[in-house]
Amino acid sequence: MDLNTLIQILDSTIRLATPLLLACLAGLFSERAGVFDIGLEAKMLVAAFFSAAVAALTGSVWLGLLAGIAASLIFALIHGIASITFRGDQLISGVALNFLASGMTVLIARDWFNQGGRTPALIDGGRFQPVELPFAEALQGVPVLGPVYNELLSGHTILTYVAFAMVPLTWYILFRTRFGLRLRAVGENPAAVDTAGVSVVRLRYSAVLIAGVLCGIAGAYLATGLAAGFVKDMTAGRGFIALAALIFAKWRPWYAMGACLLFGLLDAIGNRYQSIELLGIAVPGQFMQALPYILTVVILAGFVGKAIPPRAGGAAYVKER
Amino acid sequence: MGRPDRAAPAIELKGISKSFGPVQANKDISIRVMPGTIHGIIGENGAGKSTLMSILYGFYKADAGEIFIAGRKTAIPDSQAAIAAGIGMVFQHFKLVENFTVLENVVLGAESGAFLKPSLAKARELLTQLAAEYELNVDPDALIQDLGVGMQQRVEILKALYRQADILILDEPTGVLTPAEADHLFRILEGLRAQGKTIILITHKLREIMEVTDTVSVMRRGEMTATVKTAQTSPEQLAELMVGRKVLLQVDKTAATPKDTVLSVENLKVVDSKGVTRLKGVSLNVRAGEILGIAGVAGNGQSELLEVLGGIRAGTGRITLNGEEIDLTGDASDARTRRARGIAHVPEDRHREGLILDFHAWENVAFGYHHDPVYNNGLFMDNDALRRDTEAKIAKFDIRPANCWQTAKNFSGGNQQKIVIARELERNPDLLLVGQPTRGVDIGAIEFIHQQIVALRDAGKAVLLVSVELDEIMSLSDRIAVMFDGQIMGERLPSETNERELGLMMAGITDTARDVSVEEVAANLAKTDGATP
Repeated sequence: MDLNTLIQILDSTIRLATPLLLACLAGLFSERAGVFDIGLEAKMLVAAFFSAAVAALTGSVWLGLLAGIAASLIFALIHGIASITFRGDQLISGVALNFLASGMTVLIARDWFNQGGRTPALIDGGRFQPVELPFAEALQGVPVLGPVYNELLSGHTILTYVAFAMVPLTWYILFRTRFGLRLRAVGENPAAVDTAGVSVVRLRYSAVLIAGVLCGIAGAYLATGLAAGFVKDMTAGRGFIALAALIFAKWRPWYAMGACLLFGLLDAIGNRYQSIELLGIAVPGQFMQALPYILTVVILAGFVGKAIPPRAGGAAYVKER
Repeated sequence: MGRPDRAAPAIELKGISKSFGPVQANKDISIRVMPGTIHGIIGENGAGKSTLMSILYGFYKADAGEIFIAGRKTAIPDSQAAIAAGIGMVFQHFKLVENFTVLENVVLGAESGAFLKPSLAKARELLTQLAAEYELNVDPDALIQDLGVGMQQRVEILKALYRQADILILDEPTGVLTPAEADHLFRILEGLRAQGKTIILITHKLREIMEVTDTVSVMRRGEMTATVKTAQTSPEQLAELMVGRKVLLQVDKTAATPKDTVLSVENLKVVDSKGVTRLKGVSLNVRAGEILGIAGVAGNGQSELLEVLGGIRAGTGRITLNGEEIDLTGDASDARTRRARGIAHVPEDRHREGLILDFHAWENVAFGYHHDPVYNNGLFMDNDALRRDTEAKIAKFDIRPANCWQTAKNFSGGNQQKIVIARELERNPDLLLVGQPTRGVDIGAIEFIHQQIVALRDAGKAVLLVSVELDEIMSLSDRIAVMFDGQIMGERLPSETNERELGLMMAGITDTARDVSVEEVAANLAKTDGATP
């Protein structure tokens, strides 16, 4: 494999890891606060649809992004109301939202655009364009460093840079601020937070809404950055892969980045090598494309060591004597 | 908060009432707690002590009544208001974040700004100051999960002091402490009192009330029945006020006449699912007609011992019952086989292991014995026989209400325990395993349950008693074995030992003649893995 191929695969890795990373960090905020969220998928999907739809109708990708975030926030709010205010089962609420998103997006798409559940293909201002980092052109000639900078680091959409900038930011918020301390505490022992005179409900809503914003960006990236429009079920299980990455990362931001890049890499390899020969046996392309999902199963089955989730995760907080 | 007005009570409650549905937890309660005193509140389980304190800490809203803090009428709608009014509370079950450091737990909710670094630095300074002032030394960088319960309790007290509490409420603070640690806690409380703090101590232990309080209020069935100066009362009088009739505080029993060995345990070892060795080679034996009491701080292997003997946990070693070996492996090691061989088991946690709370009393009364032909009619359960049997047990054990159709969860703690005791004792076992027989049980029922256990012993049966209540171990046992960190530290006769010696052995210190510091006790206990509640 030459340098060029390697750079292309890694470049593709970064693109494909972007939505995973945003969704994974969304899950991190939510689960660190004690609210399990298997509805990451739903939030990404509605955000993907509404961002593409609004971008198609207005021609503005930024209005599309806002619409995507708004849609995702509404779903986050529903999850919050069901599982925080009404103390419902967090898993069931997430499952319900996943079904709702999957059906609703296609239904509305058919009604609005009449293209069998798609949005029209986005052009020009309807998509996020690559951002050229400074000196990308100038450094092109430098061996190794030039292509790495120009091809690999430069030329992604703004949302990719946002996603990777969120990693240190999330770490800082979680481990260096008052909000982060309280957020982690409410996921471990909400009674400790409550008796310290801090509202458990408010903290958990904040976390769920932050997750909504991040999933909104992830969804918008899928439809208006990675692809050029919305197609049915375009998240393709990325919400669940993000959850697997979150477990793999033991609910830590830097590890989350590593885990998402690994999934992105598998995805990139699967896309590039439709079929390869290993030891004389032809490995079918379907197997290559299934790699990220296979890794998900392996992680969830606990083959990569024991991950301890936030202790109060999954349970609504009820005051007791 | 300014300086408390010396003349006004630190806390005055007037006419507090609170109902939960049809249950009136607090009825028109009025109480005055004077500043700079330790005020005890004593009462049985369900008397309404915790409800009253939860109202004071803003957990519940009272249906009626007023709260005055230092003479000023104060509304306490939530915990934040309570903290602002200078009230700190140490709950029975600690409210700490296990994987946070001591420092992080102390500042949580009382940070001085949006960023952690300055908050933590400030807290560290104040903590060092408080620690020196009140003998509350704790490593600020230790994780809570690595600390023993005694240390965790100090963190809770520090949390309250850090929030500048003038009034400190402690709910059953000694339940999880060894005697040495409890004594140290009382010294801390006396130190706080000397600094002008007001302390409310909630407990059901008469001895503690007598030892440390200035004034004591007694609650019974949601009402405040009396407030007296501690110096002018006696344990007997307080017990009578709590229960509403005269009670026997000492277990009435004659000397044991032990006969043949019933249970013999040799070199029993248990490794739990996390790979932690819980029992490190325990050997003991129990003879017919005697009660062997196992003393120890919770989590030192007593539970595992009972579980292996009861057939609900695997272990290695040799166990014989009446000379016949018991198979510790394979299919023969289940609870049903054990019961069939004459081992009855009153488990430590009746809610989890003793009863199915959503089932009726009559369904609960046969668990573990439901294969018995007496309860069966061919393929079917003979429900009439079950109910007749339950009626008989209800009468014999005075279970109230006498209704075999009531679900188990709707009985009081004492009556739930009586259902379990009735089930196990009425099978006339050779060996009774009994764990925490009176945890969460009111005084009247404690007296009755103790009598039943002694009666079983007098009928020539062997009893293995596990309890974290040292008083119970000392008054009920004929012989006492002390467990620490999965091992038996030694055996003593109740007549030849005392609380201090047993307490030190419970912390793994066998050389009990020397002077031992509370720090050493706490450090030893922190080393054991299970010593967290």
